[in-house]
Amino acid sequence: MAEYEAVIGLEVHAQLTTNTKLFCACPTRFGDGPNENVCPVCAGMPGVLPVMNDRALEYACKMAMAIDATINLTSIFARKNYFYPDLPKGYQISQYEQPLCEHGRVEIETAAGTKTVGVTRIHMEEDAGKNIHSSTENKSFVDLNRCGVPLIEIVSEPDMRSSEEAVAYLKELRSILVYLGVCDGNMEEGSFRCDANVSVRRKGDKNFGTRAEIKNVNSFRNVQRAIDYEIGRHIDCIEDGEAIVQETRLFDANKGVTQSMRGKEEAHDYRYFPDPDLVPVRVEPSWIERWRGELPELPAAKRERFIAKYGLPEYDAGVLTAEREVADYFEAAVGVHPEPKKIANWIMSELMRELNECGESIRGCRLRPEGLAKLVRIIDSGAISGKIGKQIFGDLFRSGEDPEAYIAAKGLAQISDAGALDAVVDEVLAACPGEVARYKAGEKKLTGFFVGQIMQKTKGQANPKLVGELLAAKLG
Amino acid sequence: MSDLTTKTLIDMRDALATGAVTAEAAVQACLGRVAATEPRIDALLSVQAEAALARARELDAAGPAPDKPLWGVPVIVKDVLCAKGAPTTCGSRILENFVPPFDATAVARLKDAGAIILAKANMDEFAMGSSTENSAYKVTKNPWDLSRVPGGSSGGSGAAVAACQCFATLGTDTGGSIRLPAAFCGCVGLKPSYGRVSRFGMVAYGSSLDQIGPLARTVADAAQVLSVIAGHDPRDSTSVDAPAPDYMAALKGLSGLKGLRIGLPREYWGEGVEPEILRACRTAIDAAVDAGATVVDVSLPHTRYAIATYYIVAMAEASSNLARFDGVRYGHRNRQAAELLDMYKRSRTEGFGDEVQRRIIIGTYVLSSGYYDAYYKKAAQVRRLIRQDFLDAYATCDVICGPTCPVPAFPIGGVVDDPLKMYLMDIFTISLNLAGLPGMSLPVGLGADSGLPVGLQIFGQSFKEDALLAAAHGLEALTPALPEPAGLA
Repeated sequence: MAEYEAVIGLEVHAQLTTNTKLFCACPTRFGDGPNENVCPVCAGMPGVLPVMNDRALEYACKMAMAIDATINLTSIFARKNYFYPDLPKGYQISQYEQPLCEHGRVEIETAAGTKTVGVTRIHMEEDAGKNIHSSTENKSFVDLNRCGVPLIEIVSEPDMRSSEEAVAYLKELRSILVYLGVCDGNMEEGSFRCDANVSVRRKGDKNFGTRAEIKNVNSFRNVQRAIDYEIGRHIDCIEDGEAIVQETRLFDANKGVTQSMRGKEEAHDYRYFPDPDLVPVRVEPSWIERWRGELPELPAAKRERFIAKYGLPEYDAGVLTAEREVADYFEAAVGVHPEPKKIANWIMSELMRELNECGESIRGCRLRPEGLAKLVRIIDSGAISGKIGKQIFGDLFRSGEDPEAYIAAKGLAQISDAGALDAVVDEVLAACPGEVARYKAGEKKLTGFFVGQIMQKTKGQANPKLVGELLAAKLG
Repeated sequence: MSDLTTKTLIDMRDALATGAVTAEAAVQACLGRVAATEPRIDALLSVQAEAALARARELDAAGPAPDKPLWGVPVIVKDVLCAKGAPTTCGSRILENFVPPFDATAVARLKDAGAIILAKANMDEFAMGSSTENSAYKVTKNPWDLSRVPGGSSGGSGAAVAACQCFATLGTDTGGSIRLPAAFCGCVGLKPSYGRVSRFGMVAYGSSLDQIGPLARTVADAAQVLSVIAGHDPRDSTSVDAPAPDYMAALKGLSGLKGLRIGLPREYWGEGVEPEILRACRTAIDAAVDAGATVVDVSLPHTRYAIATYYIVAMAEASSNLARFDGVRYGHRNRQAAELLDMYKRSRTEGFGDEVQRRIIIGTYVLSSGYYDAYYKKAAQVRRLIRQDFLDAYATCDVICGPTCPVPAFPIGGVVDDPLKMYLMDIFTISLNLAGLPGMSLPVGLGADSGLPVGLQIFGQSFKEDALLAAAHGLEALTPALPEPAGLA
């Protein structure tokens, strides 16, 4: 590997979160019954015409602004022609020669520091439907619900040199899209899909090697696996003196390998040409200004602010800002109890562990930021120990109950009243005359024994600091 | 012939509006005329007799509505226009059983204006042809001579209106498909500016060229229909977002010929045009000059590139537009095919006629990788030059006139086996589509030798259909009315 270098470029298809499709008024909802969200336009009936959804244009432009891309004030929809049952018109409306946006960039954190990945272009296009092949009968079915759903395709420059960089780029891209609210980033439902172009060359070479395109890899982990497999395959080919074929390959996640789907000579000739049914897309500079004013704080800026404002380590800031909702949660909690590092720790350890276990997102989390902040404040006040806090966290997470009410109801508050503890300490010392004698003879490590006895009697609720003080006073 | 069916649309509309004629009587008269003429001319692919009568009774029950300018008027639309619940075949086997669940915007606007859709008119398959012989179902005969073609591709629409089966029809014009049948059948045909009438619900042939327009027996009738169907449609992005004027008012308000500068392009008035056509057209121009118009010599120098340009653009777009007819969701499907590719091939081979297949293949070729720049892109550039020709000419004139077609209606079977010769029928009509401008064909008499109608073509300026109609209205008044079509006499 040392003498080789991988060259990776990524094409990402992100589904926009518009309520309706790109060229008709059908809903974009996921999960409805087959062909429920279909009209004559998206079903490609004879005579129908597309009309562009302005909201999709706005979302695509916001993404362009977020990655510093140039928005072309005039862009053109083109037809990509091919036959397939899930493509009712026999062509997909996309953009080809004059895309909506060009020349963007995304900054990623790598082992070697910050790196800029260039974005060649962003264009708008419609999604195709879905073919479903029956496993019991010799039949295929077509579901057109997804047909016409708006996508943006984000094409990177071949700037990445490892699968780690590729995944870092994808994560950053996804995070920006979700921050903007223009894509839900859901990879399982196909809202965020990726094709990877991979080639390998000897280090120092100026020319690229022959590339293979890996289609539709549906998780960050699989992107990494597919790219690593492909890099290894290319190196093997080079070492064995075999020619690498330019082709499209599919990743088999079960076997962990890529397999040839079609070669260059079988590549489709899509016969792109400007779609005469749609006028050129025009963007007014005043719209761009308005949209720019609506942009939220983006992940990179938020990360920097979290470090500067809250004094968080870089790592914590990165974790907390990866998702906008986590960052919002953190800030809401800090607003209630201004202890950023403690709040960050609770979110990153206890809260994220619970969320992962139940597979939920922070949005639906019953324990609200105020609750988490109160819990941390109660621990800080000494009313309960950190240990108890961790023990009760699961209950609070599941119920969303107010921590104060919960602690009171369970009688978990620490006994911090010297008068109340005084009697317990006396009782324990009276019950253990032997140990008291040994302590007084110099066996000071017996303090731990006495504390243990007291904790046992108070079911762990005695304030440990107060117990220490009382013992010291009584044993002289 | 029934005295009701020979009325102009305007007269019929007025008779309906005053209650002198009921909508049902109008429909009955037209259905009677259809029954009498259809066996001879084969202009229609389907007749919606029951639905039309039901609609007429509904209208009669409610009474005439002054806000509905076509209240109770029976009309026929070309079978390329979707009409809810009525078969829409486009003259093709591949759509033999297709019934659209929606109305084309132009059809919906006719209905909203009170018009009654009586039937769907025959056409060349997917509007590809100049004679209506490419229909998969029947060959329409020219009412003036039943052995001749009515022109195409809106031949059914031309023949139906000439035969008084109704009071106006809708056709579509991609390269002359309204104007040529109008010329051959002796009626008025208007192709509006590209974007004037919504294309929604018109099954696309060449999307950047297609326009819907009226065929009628008088200029005023055509103006009335255009007033109803014109105007922006939010469902068609290429329809122009500008108010459409009241074209009936324009006919009354504009002076017509006095001071009108008529450009005569030298490319249209010479070689290759039948003398009787030149003579009839010239007579009309001379009459206009007598009435106060002036004649200007103009040139449209890129005319000779128009046919090549047109066929590249139209076929390229058609190859893509017709891809949806794949047998998957609707239309003809071959049931014997063992696998997907085979199903596509067999369904489309069986469903499409020869001319359609020819155009799909040529269109696919010109868009192919490596040929796109040489053909499609070049054609798009030449197209701009052709439009510029017109704009330059309009610097010195108000309208441009020439023959609609170099020849009168030709015999059925006479040209159909020679595609190139057939394409040349469009030589004077296609530039207008490439330029996106409005134009009309106006009957200016019968050919001295053939006795067949001759059409004078009038080109207007962009979105100035009102001025175009006014000029045509003025010319119409100077030309003698045509007799009853000889083939039906």
